Amino acid sequence: MKTIYLDNSATTKVDPEVMDVMDYYHGQTYGNASSIHHEGKNAKKALGEARSIIANSLGANDDEIIFTSGGTEANNLAIKGMMYANEDKGRHLITTKIEHDCVLNSGKALEAEGFDVTYLDVDSEGFVSPEALEKNLREDTVLVSIIHANNEIGTIQDIQRLSNICKQHDVLFHTDACQSYTKTPITTEMADLITINAHKLHGPKGVGALYVKQGTAIKPLLDGGGHERKRRSGTENVPGIVGFAKAVELGMDEAHVNKMQALRDYLIDEILKIPHTRLNGPRGEQRLCNNANISFRFIEGESIIMNLDTQGICTSTGSACSSQTLEPSHVLMAIEDDPERAHGSVRFTISRYTTKEELDRTLTALKATVDKLRRISPLTEG
Amino acid sequence: MYTEQVTERFKKPRFMGEIQEADSTGEVGNVRCGDIMRVSIKVKDDRIADIKFKTYGCVAAIVSSDYLCELVKGKTLEEAENVTSKDVIERMGEVPAIKTHCSVLAQDALRKAIKDYRKKCD
Ligand SMILES: Cc1ncc(COP(=O)(O)O)c(C=O)c1O
Ligand SMILES: [Zn+2]
Repeated sequence: MKTIYLDNSATTKVDPEVMDVMDYYHGQTYGNASSIHHEGKNAKKALGEARSIIANSLGANDDEIIFTSGGTEANNLAIKGMMYANEDKGRHLITTKIEHDCVLNSGKALEAEGFDVTYLDVDSEGFVSPEALEKNLREDTVLVSIIHANNEIGTIQDIQRLSNICKQHDVLFHTDACQSYTKTPITTEMADLITINAHKLHGPKGVGALYVKQGTAIKPLLDGGGHERKRRSGTENVPGIVGFAKAVELGMDEAHVNKMQALRDYLIDEILKIPHTRLNGPRGEQRLCNNANISFRFIEGESIIMNLDTQGICTSTGSACSSQTLEPSHVLMAIEDDPERAHGSVRFTISRYTTKEELDRTLTALKATVDKLRRISPLTEG
Repeated sequence: MYTEQVTERFKKPRFMGEIQEADSTGEVGNVRCGDIMRVSIKVKDDRIADIKFKTYGCVAAIVSSDYLCELVKGKTLEEAENVTSKDVIERMGEVPAIKTHCSVLAQDALRKAIKDYRKKCD
């Protein structure tokens, strides 16, 4: 059975070209970038080139990029690093109810330490209101952190507008761009701090970066040898970082985005032809190019995705039944307080490798699955 | 996460549906907490002559419903009532710990159906 992988917001397949360069920096040239011998120099050179590629992709300077172990660490560093560095200014953080867990739980951890955190509501499509943001800004607000493109429902915020409000009030602005990076434009104009990672764009897992605007003080979270200009200690993951840069080079292509957008719209339109379905998140340009998230009434998401999985199709759900906490997705509950909508949600996230033929096979399997599960549901009649 | 056995049973449950002229039905659960189950039974000579389920819920909820039906079919009402969710989980083989709460509802639904049946007969 051939796998149809439609869970690309969870992670992606590593591009073969990325694997090649990573192999090289694992086995052929493997020095520590801090070493003074020639192997060390080779590593340092590779690291510098990779840094430039990633900096350029955001319009940043090389020394504004801090490599990390991924999106989670970059978000922790952005939020805690900023809040700790600015305690003399204030102890108030603003974020939203639809952030990734690593941001939400960073907020919770700060609250436990006595910081004050505001979690902004979103509307029925997942948008943060600029007016609400402005109203919640305070004298002691240090940082605002808002996810660029949501990983579950694909909502792309008007980040420039939100960022401008913060700038007017002299408040720092961070955005988690793990999902949007290379899929929708993101530049240093749009934020003081930007989180990105590699494994959402056919790069390796365990590699990410935080862009920090020049002159912004940040408190490191790790004590060590003072790597990354004293902001993130630890021997640089050269193969991973080089792989990350390669993935960015390969990914930055409008043709990929256009292709994914067309397939996404095809998939959404076809699924919505199934009765009692509804789209979660917006349509059009304000939706992430690879995301379709649909709720199916009367049936539960985990059983849908497991049934699809028996046919080789990988998807995900916001159902409580499939979460570790047995809570329905906080993102879906934030757009509407309707647990059935969350329980019955399925997320399909495509990649540049996805084909229309794969989607057609998915649609056939999906229709049969929905039919089967609705027949055994006590919520449907008959 | 699920064993081969559970996945196979999920693909082909044997007791799904609803008995048209059931002697009793029991429904438990609600949408807010996740799973909903409805069990319908046909009783003959104080035994469960036929049993079917309908479940809104995850794989564990569906498969545990199916195994419960298998376990109690043919048993006396008293025996059926005494089947525990532990028995059901044992029959399922291994289930992830987090899934036990989804696997106990079926038994609650059956007990409710039996209780209602007795009320009707009294
Ligand atoms: C929006 C978002 N932020 C952060 C992360 C965490 O990144 P990582 O898995 O690299 O730690 C992810 C993905 O898991 C994500 O989708
Ligand atoms: Zn469940």
